[in-house]
Amino acid sequence: MSGEILVIDDSDSVRRLVTSALRLAGYQTVEAPDGQIGLDKARSKMPSAVITDQNMPNLDGIGFIRAFRQLPGSAGVPVIFLSTENADTLKHKAREAGAIGWMTKPFDDRKLMSVVQKVLGR
Amino acid sequence: MTDETEELFQIEARQLAESLEAGLLDMKSRPDDKALIDSVFRDLHTLKGTGAMFGQTELAQFLHNFETAFEAVRDGQFPVTPVLINLGLRARDHAVSLLEGGPPDAGAPLLAELDALVTGAVPADTDAPADWRLTFRLAPDCLVLGTRPHTLLDELREMGASDIEPLLDRLPDLPDLRPDLLHIGWRMVLPGSRTEEEIREVFVFNETELVFDLSRATEDPTPHVKETAPSPQGGSAAPERAMMRVPAERLDEMMDRVGELVIAEARLSELVAQAGNPQLVAVAEEIQRLATGMRETTMSIRMTPIGSITGRFRRLIHDLNTTLGKQIEFETDGEDTKLDKTVIEMLADPLMHLIRNAADHGLEAAPDRRAMGKPDTGTIRLAARYSGAEVVITLSDDGRGLDPDRIRARAEARGLIAPDADMDVAKIQALILEPGFSTADTVTELSGRGVGMDVVKRTMEQLRASIDIESEPGHGTQIHMRLPLTLAIIDGLLVEIAGERYTIPLLAVEHIIELPEDHAAHDDGTRFLNIRDQLVPFLRMRDLLDSSGPPAPFQKVIVVTAGELRVGLTVDRIIGSSQTVIKQLSPLHSGLKIFSGATILGDGSVALILDVPQLVAFGQSRESMEAA
Repeated sequence: MSGEILVIDDSDSVRRLVTSALRLAGYQTVEAPDGQIGLDKARSKMPSAVITDQNMPNLDGIGFIRAFRQLPGSAGVPVIFLSTENADTLKHKAREAGAIGWMTKPFDDRKLMSVVQKVLGR
Repeated sequence: MTDETEELFQIEARQLAESLEAGLLDMKSRPDDKALIDSVFRDLHTLKGTGAMFGQTELAQFLHNFETAFEAVRDGQFPVTPVLINLGLRARDHAVSLLEGGPPDAGAPLLAELDALVTGAVPADTDAPADWRLTFRLAPDCLVLGTRPHTLLDELREMGASDIEPLLDRLPDLPDLRPDLLHIGWRMVLPGSRTEEEIREVFVFNETELVFDLSRATEDPTPHVKETAPSPQGGSAAPERAMMRVPAERLDEMMDRVGELVIAEARLSELVAQAGNPQLVAVAEEIQRLATGMRETTMSIRMTPIGSITGRFRRLIHDLNTTLGKQIEFETDGEDTKLDKTVIEMLADPLMHLIRNAADHGLEAAPDRRAMGKPDTGTIRLAARYSGAEVVITLSDDGRGLDPDRIRARAEARGLIAPDADMDVAKIQALILEPGFSTADTVTELSGRGVGMDVVKRTMEQLRASIDIESEPGHGTQIHMRLPLTLAIIDGLLVEIAGERYTIPLLAVEHIIELPEDHAAHDDGTRFLNIRDQLVPFLRMRDLLDSSGPPAPFQKVIVVTAGELRVGLTVDRIIGSSQTVIKQLSPLHSGLKIFSGATILGDGSVALILDVPQLVAFGQSRESMEAA
């Protein structure tokens, strides 16, 4: 697939973990430490997919997804939602905001890739 | 899982169990009906699948094994026999018991029995499980969110999906086509070696928006209709009707709220009438219209077909066939006649009792029937039909009928009537409804414990229903029950008697006349009025309600009916008709025979609702006392 995957997480280590796994699998990535910066990056260049954490300063994951879905060109761009708790209500909220898949922390490379591949195709 | 989904599961599981039971019973008369066998199989399967989803592992496991054994039947390798149906019914009962948290012990012997039965005919089916047939549709807006249907299809293909067909029936007309919405569904066959879990896993991110129909394909698949693209003119298939299951208590709550709304609306109307502001009047009228509409819609939602309870009667008859050693046919008519849910529920037990009675006492054994020139098989028939705003349910049998002499003798022996009481046949037959009356010489397991018939009578009273018995010795019995369509809100006629207000159910009102002058003053001993050349007994309600003071100058007589009988009620004034929300009287007041409930009026005061069947019975009994 062409384009970049935008990875948003306030934890440097998690962000690094995710991006390196994606790069190893041949994807290009771009990073953001919170939802607000993520939104700015998406505005300047629409990514081909987004993976976002929930709990972040400035703008949380669900807030990001809502704003992101308002951006022109975001239609058809899948968003994967990361959360620590496996709470159905949160998943539901993320889905309503416009996420398409979710992943519960902790996850390993294999799990990450299976979700990414499920969403983006191979 | 929330309590609500758990509740929903329980409702759904029960419906499936009921449908399973009905299907098995139908198989008796249609053992070769392939579609019927398939539908039984489908119920089994759905119940298993849902049970598994809701952590009912015992249930799922049991049904799975049962289903496996049953496959020989579905595949036509083993015929549908009465033994098999019995086993099926017992298995269904076991499943229900598991649902209710019962012990799983009874399952294994049942399965062993079934296994022995079917494998006695054919070797056990050890072949690979049949293929899956999968249909799915994604939420129309999924494309916008980045779902790529082709990745799902790729994944399914990797799992071995074949015969993939798009479903184009929901494509809108071209002018309405929106490129961002997905209207296509897919249907395919998946290898039976895949587990249901594996298949569901593919849709893990699409669960909430999936119309998921996963069922094992049959040997003889339903005809594979090739999808064709709809013409540019559009819509090929009618959209499916969306249905929703709602717990019954929600409907009760809703009815209560509508009841409150109707009362509040009445108060509003009254206040508005005093205020005399035309704008306010317009709004109040609008609200009245909406409240009436709301009431009608809610009532119609609560209407349930009688057929919803006939399933258990068929099962009862099936079981009775065995227990009593009689051949009994059960017929129904008008199963789609609808009554309020509460009425239907309250009706189930009395009907069950009456049917038991008919089978046990009413129908003769085959040799006796033959001697009477009747067919060996006795018939019990349950028929329902609308009659005005009532429903008439008739339960009839072609048995020996009620013997008035025997009933009379028993009633006298029990002290229910005086030995010299002058009674016509109908009145004597009605005695079987009295508490403590039982015609059976021996008490059987099924009926005739001396309780029961009076329960029937009491329930009918609670339902404000009338019950008539018609019977000709040797030719069977007919029991007619006339029931109001609903118990919650009725149209009432508001009247005034001695300064107090009362409500009379409008349905019962036949007509209203002015009380002739010559009877008006006070109780002159006259008890009958000549109404259209018929003598109708009438009750001076003022006297009945023990009120003093002079009656109003122009009293009215309201002629009310219950069943075939009529009685006139004198009232001081007619106020008008109103929607009446029925509130039950507290148990403390339930001894007040002439009132069936109370209602709250627009000004917040309470009016008692006159119990018409009781009043009619009272008026008629006084008439017969006098005639005696």
